[in-house]
Amino acid sequence: MKIVVVGCGRVGAALADSYDRAGHEVLILDVKTGAFDRLPSTFGGRAIRGDGSDKDVLRRAGAEGADIFLAMTEGDNRNVMAAQVAAETLGIERVVAKLNDPVRAEAYAALGLATLCRTGLMHDAINAYLGFAPSDVVGMLGPTGTHPGGTHHDHQAAPAGEAHTASAAVMEA
Amino acid sequence: MFVLVVGGGKVGYYLAKELVESGHEVALMEKDATRAGQIADEIGSIVIAHDGCEGKYLGEAGCNRADVVAAVTGDDEDNLVICQMAKHHFDVPRTIARVNNPKNEALFRHLGVDEIISPTRMILGSIEQDIPVHELLHLAALGEGELELIEAHLQAGSPAIGRAPKDLAIPDGCSLFAVIRDGVATPLRPDTIMLEGDKVIAIGKQECSDLLHSQLIGDEVENAIEA
Repeated sequence: MKIVVVGCGRVGAALADSYDRAGHEVLILDVKTGAFDRLPSTFGGRAIRGDGSDKDVLRRAGAEGADIFLAMTEGDNRNVMAAQVAAETLGIERVVAKLNDPVRAEAYAALGLATLCRTGLMHDAINAYLGFAPSDVVGMLGPTGTHPGGTHHDHQAAPAGEAHTASAAVMEA
Repeated sequence: MFVLVVGGGKVGYYLAKELVESGHEVALMEKDATRAGQIADEIGSIVIAHDGCEGKYLGEAGCNRADVVAAVTGDDEDNLVICQMAKHHFDVPRTIARVNNPKNEALFRHLGVDEIISPTRMILGSIEQDIPVHELLHLAALGEGELELIEAHLQAGSPAIGRAPKDLAIPDGCSLFAVIRDGVATPLRPDTIMLEGDKVIAIGKQECSDLLHSQLIGDEVENAIEA
């Protein structure tokens, strides 16, 4: 599978490396070249310096046609924006955004993104270790609603997002 | 009217000040405590020294009863999230975002932000009105941004010169309706011959702008510039 990871922090680098070793086609982006030092020298995927929430950067880096998009930077809002660019503009089906604010994590799951909330995951891990019941804080959430664009996957309705994709492709050609 | 302003930079500060002076109920969120304190000293205790991107603090600021939320921080991604949270999580009827990177305008609109203000675009528009450009000039977005008011300056190489609107392949959902010639605006009729130097005013859907560009500006001009 083709997998795009935005943000080469500890989590992003670990994911990219493990998917690469499992034989997937991996593309990782970060705004700082130094971040790629976290990748092992054996990493066989592509590491590109650039803003992963900019659709033109993503296109040039070859993110189009990816099966999976993981937004794993340190900034909640940057992740949300990158994930929505991936889902709405590039039409990537499986998109996950790391969001440390549980309220935002729940809200964006309702807006069609899968979200990952460290607050809830750690809370549950600690509770499990201590033998307490799981917390009620959200952890990994699948999409509970549809994209705000709404008609994104409905090819009958000529969604605006795909019109943008088409016109941008023409401009690049 | 209750207006929640997020971002206490210059824009947020003056916006809140003006709104208070005109008698509206205002809350201003600014995450930098020092800056928040300065503003509170000047315009009173309407300042909340918390990050307006955090769901919890948006809720505490009374976002769910706001009539308008204006996200005017210096970061586009923050402004997007503030407006989306306000709209979809707190059911705010009207959301306004400041957009710094003009490239983000279409995305914000698509993602449901009600109104988009782009200072960069405005200044760009102002400059472009005075210098020759080989691009369509976007004068204004109408309604929810579906339709745009567009100006095209016909220069040598434009396929429209010497022809009338009825002879051009104008895309569906577009119409050419006025021409500015020597500073005078007149309605453009289907049989009016267009001349070099004319400024043609059109109205059309966003997705038509590529076709409109090739009809009014021409493709060769653009290629020549890029080369």
